[in-house]
Amino acid sequence: MLLITCPHCGPRAELEFSYGGEAHIARPVDPAGLDDDSWAAFLYERSNPRGVHAERWRHLHGCGRFFNVLRDTVSDTIVASYPAGQPRPVPSPDGKGTTR
Amino acid sequence: MQSYSAFSLFRQALGGHAGWQRQWRSPQPRTEYDVIIVGAGGHGLATAYYLAKEHGIINVAVLEKGWLGGGNTGRNTTIIRSNYLFDESAALYEHALKLWEGLSQDLNYNVMYSPRGVLMLAHNIHDVQIFKRHVHANRLNGIDNEWLNAEECKAFCPPLNVGGAMRYPILGGALQRRGGTARHDAVAWGYARAADARGVDIIENCEVTGIRRSVNGAVEGVETSRGFIRARKVGVAAAGHTSVVLGMAGVRLPLESYPLQALVSEPVKPAFPCVVMSNTIHAYISQSDKGEMVIGAGTDAYTSYSQRGALHIANHTLDAICELVPMFRRLRMLRSWGGIVDVTPDRSPIISKTPVHGLYVNCGWGTGGFKATPGSGNVFAWTIARDEPHRINAPFTIERFRDGILIDESAAAAVAH
Repeated sequence: MLLITCPHCGPRAELEFSYGGEAHIARPVDPAGLDDDSWAAFLYERSNPRGVHAERWRHLHGCGRFFNVLRDTVSDTIVASYPAGQPRPVPSPDGKGTTR
Repeated sequence: MQSYSAFSLFRQALGGHAGWQRQWRSPQPRTEYDVIIVGAGGHGLATAYYLAKEHGIINVAVLEKGWLGGGNTGRNTTIIRSNYLFDESAALYEHALKLWEGLSQDLNYNVMYSPRGVLMLAHNIHDVQIFKRHVHANRLNGIDNEWLNAEECKAFCPPLNVGGAMRYPILGGALQRRGGTARHDAVAWGYARAADARGVDIIENCEVTGIRRSVNGAVEGVETSRGFIRARKVGVAAAGHTSVVLGMAGVRLPLESYPLQALVSEPVKPAFPCVVMSNTIHAYISQSDKGEMVIGAGTDAYTSYSQRGALHIANHTLDAICELVPMFRRLRMLRSWGGIVDVTPDRSPIISKTPVHGLYVNCGWGTGGFKATPGSGNVFAWTIARDEPHRINAPFTIERFRDGILIDESAAAAVAH
């Protein structure tokens, strides 16, 4: 089980959270102007990286807020967590933290 | 290839079993092949076998970064069934089931296909309605599936707790009698041996690190940990790592990779006659021929490539198993493990050409790919050999997500299946 740090409440067990999929996928500003390929890419295509993944979590059984986490999908190490709306931090070279 | 039979077993016994040959070669990669398959699991090996057998393409290499059958082929719970709701899925999985029925003879290798029946339990009124709908849909497609009430479930599988005080009581179940299990390793080994005998090179410890393309964008070959290998056609059957491999050619897919766990108990005497599945409470159980109870759990919540999952996921499944089959409460668990499954948004696979000329993909089997192994390889081989999909896999394109023609088995089953 992951130990996830909610930016608002601190470290809590994974059971308190629900997963929200890949982060930083912005809804198109003009959906009606999109062609089918771009719409499908927005809806369905995911980067699914083997490595650091930016993902949304929601502190469902806590403050209820969405936030973002950087997690290494090979080791499941959580590199960073940050409030929704902030830009994605850059992982430090050792993979254990971030450089802002 | 040495033929296996009761007679050959007897003859080898006279020689102290010293005369058995290796089941497949371990060749050095050649510089060029007609077709390269990435991934020597069941699906990749079956593809190579049918390329050689049905399409006469024998200059084929199957590249494997680890060892043969060491990925999801060796990690699943070996359940075989074809009672899917939609016509497209039913055709695909039934194609596979029909191949399972003759597979041991076809490969001259005992894959231990055991049609002992798959019983899918209903625990609430919604389950009852959706399974009856499945039964009717399957009947229209010529696929056996029948509705059993609670007493009939108990008669078919006596260890079940029917009528007891349960949070999720057993109200009935859908039974596919032709469903069952097979020996997962034997499937990989049987296909490997039969493909090798027809001239296919199976190259283990050979990781694909890049896909080289010509100036016009078509595939030229693959970069590997053992050097560049030229091929104009590359078929990817890399399961959970498909996004990584296709990313080497710049193709983004509607896939996410999740850990899926399974576990086995200590071996006991024959005690459980069939496969029991419960989608509602995430429990999948059957008894292997070694005597272990083979138990499948659900996926973890998050994407991962770690090949292990959280304990609370397995625990959740064991809670359900203990309620469904109270006599297993004192059974000890021996081993647990995880596999990485590639899941599509509609929970149906992709067996398709890609936007890159000469690159083909067979992926998205999610939590239920083992059952489809022979059929998947069969139609994927057709797709590669003829550069067009077989009638059965024609609906399973990447473009269905663009065109909105989803094969929405996730909505049909309400959960992973």
